[in-house]
Amino acid sequence: MSPPEIAARGAAPAARASAPGAPAGQAARGAADARSGAAAPAAARAARARARRPRTAAVYKWELLKLRAQKRTYLGLGAAVIVPIIFLAALEAQGSGPDEVPFGRYVTQTGLAIPPVLLLFSSIWLFPLIVSLVAGDIVANEDGNGTLKTILTRSVDRHQIFVAKVLAAFTYAVTALVLFAGTGLLLGCLRYGFDPLVSLSGTTIETGRGLTLLGAALLAYLMPVLAIASIALLLSTVTRNSAAAVVGALMFSLILQIIGLISGLDAIRPYLLSTQFDAWQGLLREPIDWAPIVRSAWVCALYAVPSLIAALLVFMRRDVTGG
Amino acid sequence: MAPSLDQRPRIASEELTPEARSSAPTATVAAPHPIEARGLVKRYGHLTAVDHVDITVEAGTVYGYLGPNGAGKTTSLRMLLGLIRPDEGTAKLFGRDPLEEGAAALDGVAGFVEAPRFYPYLSGRRNLELMAALDGGDAPDRIDAALETVGLAGRDGDKVKGYSHGMKQRLGIGAALLRDPRLLLLDEPTTGLDPAGMRDMRELVRRLAADGITVLLSSHLMGEVEELCDRVAIVRSGRVIYEGALDALLRSTGQRYRLRTTDDERAWDVCSYRPDVSDLRRGPDGLTFAADEEEAALLSLALAHNGVGVTALVPAAASLEELFFRFTEGDEQEVPA
Ligand SMILES: Nc1ncnc2c1ncn2[C@@H]1O[C@H](COP(=O)(O)OP(=O)(O)OP(=O)(O)O)[C@@H](O)[C@H]1O
Ligand SMILES: [Mg+2]
Repeated sequence: MSPPEIAARGAAPAARASAPGAPAGQAARGAADARSGAAAPAAARAARARARRPRTAAVYKWELLKLRAQKRTYLGLGAAVIVPIIFLAALEAQGSGPDEVPFGRYVTQTGLAIPPVLLLFSSIWLFPLIVSLVAGDIVANEDGNGTLKTILTRSVDRHQIFVAKVLAAFTYAVTALVLFAGTGLLLGCLRYGFDPLVSLSGTTIETGRGLTLLGAALLAYLMPVLAIASIALLLSTVTRNSAAAVVGALMFSLILQIIGLISGLDAIRPYLLSTQFDAWQGLLREPIDWAPIVRSAWVCALYAVPSLIAALLVFMRRDVTGG
Repeated sequence: MAPSLDQRPRIASEELTPEARSSAPTATVAAPHPIEARGLVKRYGHLTAVDHVDITVEAGTVYGYLGPNGAGKTTSLRMLLGLIRPDEGTAKLFGRDPLEEGAAALDGVAGFVEAPRFYPYLSGRRNLELMAALDGGDAPDRIDAALETVGLAGRDGDKVKGYSHGMKQRLGIGAALLRDPRLLLLDEPTTGLDPAGMRDMRELVRRLAADGITVLLSSHLMGEVEELCDRVAIVRSGRVIYEGALDALLRSTGQRYRLRTTDDERAWDVCSYRPDVSDLRRGPDGLTFAADEEEAALLSLALAHNGVGVTALVPAAASLEELFFRFTEGDEQEVPA
């Protein structure tokens, strides 16, 4: 017999000796329960467990902390800060704004004109990329790390995890958009002043109202951004592969843009997700044109809600085998 | 396939009831078992990874779930934890089905399948903080103790990315302890641990069991199972081929002897003629066979009579390892009654 075997055998009696202790302890526990009435402790324990169960807010908080600890997050947020800086540097070098786009003529006259121009430039690929970078990864990276099984064997339900992830991805998207427009506005106002904005109808909007309208424009711009995030989340859940989900969401938005360019398809253009990236312009007309905003709201919901529902259903039912 | 399934001796419950009955019989009768799985089936294409598995683990038991690679141990544990959906059958923990009740079914249950996984970009402590937040209650208060118990107290600030396999394994146990479990499901917990780590791990399991925690331990390390478990199920190709108390299993095989002689060839012939000598095998050093004590004595005389000198005739305890190979290799053998 080899030495390890001897060791194992030597230890065996000790193990057996301790074993009877276990059922005895269990019996004592059972007896204690029985003394205080059978149903009550069980019910009390269940109630305690329910009260103890973490809320979705706690899961959401940890989803944000996880995002904060990942490099990918800073890649997206960094791009959201650097692009406005590069834009302003280019403007400085060139001396005048891009004439061919709305507000392009006014960028050197007031800082308020900077964010609208940035929004126009970023809708083609920058924001879809920034958003899907995180939204496409947030479920799939748990598959990659094999951590889905880790968090799904704690005291939170699958739907809580999913909701927390959706909220975290949306929070990131809002943060990126605010950083993006905020950087542009701040630097633009420092360089070109804080003067009234000329609306798309040619009227002058004084600065206070201009700021409010810019805020509203960001909210309108957020709608298609969140729709892209929802599609990225769906791809992240279904493909279980971060790269595939990010590239997939980006391709989806690019393909829609291309379809929008085909002249024969004018009839469907208003219902393409890519078109909704321009809806905010209605706010900077006088009077405000609500029609594109309202249409954008339901068109974006039509893209986002089914995606999220499908992703939730997949997430709830899927086998967790990785890791 | 498994005649043992309907002949389970219910040792734990027999020890339990007399004491409990004296105070209130209904309390224990109503208490559901920590694990009760019925007819679990999981198929992957043509492969049936788990094939009608029934598992009942009673409170206070350390239950060994034994099987070779690919037998379906991990797949069974995943179904118990609600990570994957069985194609047929149900799994209940303390009477609650994880597929129906979600996380509520895992109250008081902890464990992991395969290697425990963590967020590589967070430190060991941060990972535990996250787990504790997802556990709720007073789990965060147990973080320090858990790190201490698994011997990671000094390295808890390092990112998990830099942890060795064994350290992650330890962290996995630590994460399970945060839940203050009544039932612990461990899938090959000692894989990748150094000898000291294995010893610590077994010591821990023993201590937890002594505290009344029920443990389901999947393993292919026989020493570990023999040392720790009260009951075992042996699985092969997704099916349970033996289920019962470990002692009963070890006893059931009858006495075996190891025989060394001056002439093994002749000894083989002599042995094969004796009707009461069974299961004769040629080992690396001499022969082994099963027989009772009286027959062993008679055999030694017969050998002498045939001019074969006996250099050693020693009783050899059947090890779980031998039994395991007998169950899990070669043609399917009848299970001892
Ligand atoms: N996700 C999956 N897809 C396809 N086949 C799978 C999957 N998971 C498990 N299997 C198959 O099911 C069988 C049982 O696998 P399982 O991981 O449960 O074995 P195990 O007993 O845990 O083995 P080991 O001792 O190696 O850990 C294997 O044949 C495996 O290939
Ligand atoms: Mg396994």
